[in-house]
Amino acid sequence: MIEAVGLTKRYGDKTAVYNLSFQVRPGAVTGFLGPNGSGKSTTMRMILGLDNPTAGQVTIGGYPYPRLPNAPRQVGALLDAKAVHGGRSARNHLLCLAQLSGIPARRVDEVLGVVGLQDVARKRSKGFSLGMGQRLGIAAALLGDPQVLLFDEPVNGLDPEGILWVRNLMKALAAEGRTVFVSSHLMSEMALTADHLIVIGRGQLLADMSIKDFISANSADFARVRTPDGEPQLREKLTSALTEAGGHVLPEQDGALRITGLPLPRISDIAHEADVRLWELSPHQASLEEAYMRMTQGAVDYRSTIDQKEGLMQPLPPGAQPPMPVPGQGQPDWYAPPPPQQGGQPFAMPQGQGPYGGAGQPQPGPYGAPSAPGADGSNPYAQPAPAAPQAPQQPPAPADLTKPEDAR
Amino acid sequence: MTAVQVVRSEWTKIRSVASTVWTLSLAVVVTVALGMLISALSSNEFDDMSRRDRLSFDPTFISFAGMSLGQLAMIVFGVLVVSNEYSTGMIRTSLAAVPQRGTFLFSKIAVATVLALAVGLVTSFVAFFLGQAMLGSHRASIGDAHVLRAVIGGGVYMTLIAVFSMGVAAMLRSPMLSLGILMPFFFLISNILGNVDATKKIGQYLPDQAGSRIMQVVTPLDDDTPYGPWGGLGIMALWVIAALLGGYVLLKRRDA
Repeated sequence: MIEAVGLTKRYGDKTAVYNLSFQVRPGAVTGFLGPNGSGKSTTMRMILGLDNPTAGQVTIGGYPYPRLPNAPRQVGALLDAKAVHGGRSARNHLLCLAQLSGIPARRVDEVLGVVGLQDVARKRSKGFSLGMGQRLGIAAALLGDPQVLLFDEPVNGLDPEGILWVRNLMKALAAEGRTVFVSSHLMSEMALTADHLIVIGRGQLLADMSIKDFISANSADFARVRTPDGEPQLREKLTSALTEAGGHVLPEQDGALRITGLPLPRISDIAHEADVRLWELSPHQASLEEAYMRMTQGAVDYRSTIDQKEGLMQPLPPGAQPPMPVPGQGQPDWYAPPPPQQGGQPFAMPQGQGPYGGAGQPQPGPYGAPSAPGADGSNPYAQPAPAAPQAPQQPPAPADLTKPEDAR
Repeated sequence: MTAVQVVRSEWTKIRSVASTVWTLSLAVVVTVALGMLISALSSNEFDDMSRRDRLSFDPTFISFAGMSLGQLAMIVFGVLVVSNEYSTGMIRTSLAAVPQRGTFLFSKIAVATVLALAVGLVTSFVAFFLGQAMLGSHRASIGDAHVLRAVIGGGVYMTLIAVFSMGVAAMLRSPMLSLGILMPFFFLISNILGNVDATKKIGQYLPDQAGSRIMQVVTPLDDDTPYGPWGGLGIMALWVIAALLGGYVLLKRRDA
């Protein structure tokens, strides 16, 4: 069991981690999520006694790491897969770690077999791919057969087979009663692997709940309605009728409407009463990735913007108009539904689906209407949409997502 | 117990990278080859030397002339042994396995020191015998007064240079920074400070200037250094201890 109490780390005037308290329990995979630079790795280093907290403390089994008896046999960690001397062979790398912890050399060959590197064991790790490096790092973490395991971004660079292997390995380790703490920035991956989630942003705790609770709290359902193209007055009419009935209407880029707060039959009735024809009325479910991005939106440190490519353009002749960008383009979160507490829960969770698989699956539109980009949770290997530029219509981030400086 | 584990692990680390073999064999080859060359040249020039120069002719010291270059390879060895941990990021894995940072650092340095001492002594003896062979009739014998002290001292000198570099690398962490400071310092700055009259008084207390006294058998005529061979080695040892303490304190305090 890992327990952090009021953990704070400052580097000069930059606060990397602020007042973080959480518990990582044995027998479960605990996912540690947060955008880049949110303090995940700093927290992991503090757990391992590598960085000293500015305030607060973190213990493993009740001991601060440096005072943990026989630490390398109790705790195994993968911090950085690239942290190997490229000129050393995989086997020698593990051998010196084993000797450092008083682990017999035959265990090295054993873990090399476990991670599938036995054929390249005597090759220099310089030539390893990122995925092979991850496997070597995982082998190092497994060396001491520890009860507590920490993995910092273990699936980075792995192929689908490797990702599946890591996922099953984590679950198997947890099933043996071990404490497994895995950081990631892939919500979709964590939804499949973790039992419990700890989400941080800007070094502060945003959520600490079981994955089931996270899914039911965050996967807002919505309906997509499409009125006939070329008749915008119908669309406006329907929008006002739906809003009047208590629904929350969000226009989508292609002219469709995204509606929360009203059940499907009610939307149909309202449209009928308003004498508006519908080309589409379909149930949809927001992905966990969206929920996660909404949660961390206020806490993203590194935000990408649209590439204007102005540096490459010829200076325009005087009087010429620059081409107008298509509104909404390149803004992956323009479709994000409002938080469920505003919009309510119009649709029940689809029944008969597992809590892990179900929530991430979008319902395909009946007429082949593409589901919103990024809402597609069916591909857990896909990179999440890059930290999205703030769309103008975005509701302001909740107060607890603001900078740590504000909390003081 | 932990120290034994670290020593075993560090031995694996040190023998499983190519840089160890390269730097140490370069130290041997350069020191011996340059020593032989300069010994041969000095032997030819002896007849043209002034009386004064002949009186202070030190065949033992001349055969160690290659050390001014060979020590640079020792510096690279010392720096790489420590800073490889930082440049690769292995330091975090190592310190997670051995949270006792002092035990880790000093066991690591002990392994590298023993290896450097072995290589240094071999270099020193080989450089001496091959150098004397080049000197022909002007040669010194290992049985002459103070010669054995100078030859063993040569090996100790090379070792201390390597250990000093380890201490500096433990403080600075970056191999580039450490080498960028140590190499020009020992190759140029120390020599300049030690040979310019105005700075000689300070220069003679620098680690290499003081330490190399141990290799001298014949003292130069106008010598006014306030310390003898052992005193010089002691001054060098103080520098080494200071560098190691600095490295230890920083490693202890710093976030890894």
